[in-house]
Amino acid sequence: MNPLETIQGTVIAGVVLTIVLAYFASLIAGV
Amino acid sequence: MEIDIAIRWLHIVAGVMWIGLLYYFNFVQVPALASATSEASSGGPGPAAISKYVAPRALFWFRWAALVTWLSGAAYLEASPYGLMNAFTLGMAGEVPSAATTYIGFGAWLGTIMLLNVWGLIWPNQKKVLGIVQATDAEKAKARRVAFLASRTNTMLSIPMLMFMQAGAHGLPFFG
Repeated sequence: MNPLETIQGTVIAGVVLTIVLAYFASLIAGV
Repeated sequence: MEIDIAIRWLHIVAGVMWIGLLYYFNFVQVPALASATSEASSGGPGPAAISKYVAPRALFWFRWAALVTWLSGAAYLEASPYGLMNAFTLGMAGEVPSAATTYIGFGAWLGTIMLLNVWGLIWPNQKKVLGIVQATDAEKAKARRVAFLASRTNTMLSIPMLMFMQAGAHGLPFFG
């Protein structure tokens, strides 16, 4: 199911995406 | 006041208007239109007034605020110690690599994708939905779906975007 169909799923997907991107950003930044 | 601080101020004011209206669409207008449509057959006023009087005005300020936000953000990055190209290359191309430039660069990329969604997907399709350009019922239904998913995508992207925009100055909440 597409999480973007509901606003709750959209917000949860945004938080999960934030954590994933923060991880990659920390790798690139070398911190 | 340094010019980069004035530009950043404009960027934040325009950004609040853009993302505020984005959240209005996703948290308020979409469910309101669904309720208004479903209750129209049982004596409700229907969705026409929202579509005629509210949505076009909200979309006007939404799309122009998005453009002003991006332009002022790009101008800020160039005027600030980050540098526009350093940010978009995630801090990997600068003479002095900095974590802050990497983080603001992630924010800049997310904001750029969101701007392209506004002007490339949401606005052209909303013009069909609202009857600003001619479209058949089938084309309107497809346009409504594309605009909805692009708007939801931007709502999702706004969450990491806002985190990265302030992480340049304040650091990451995780993995820092």
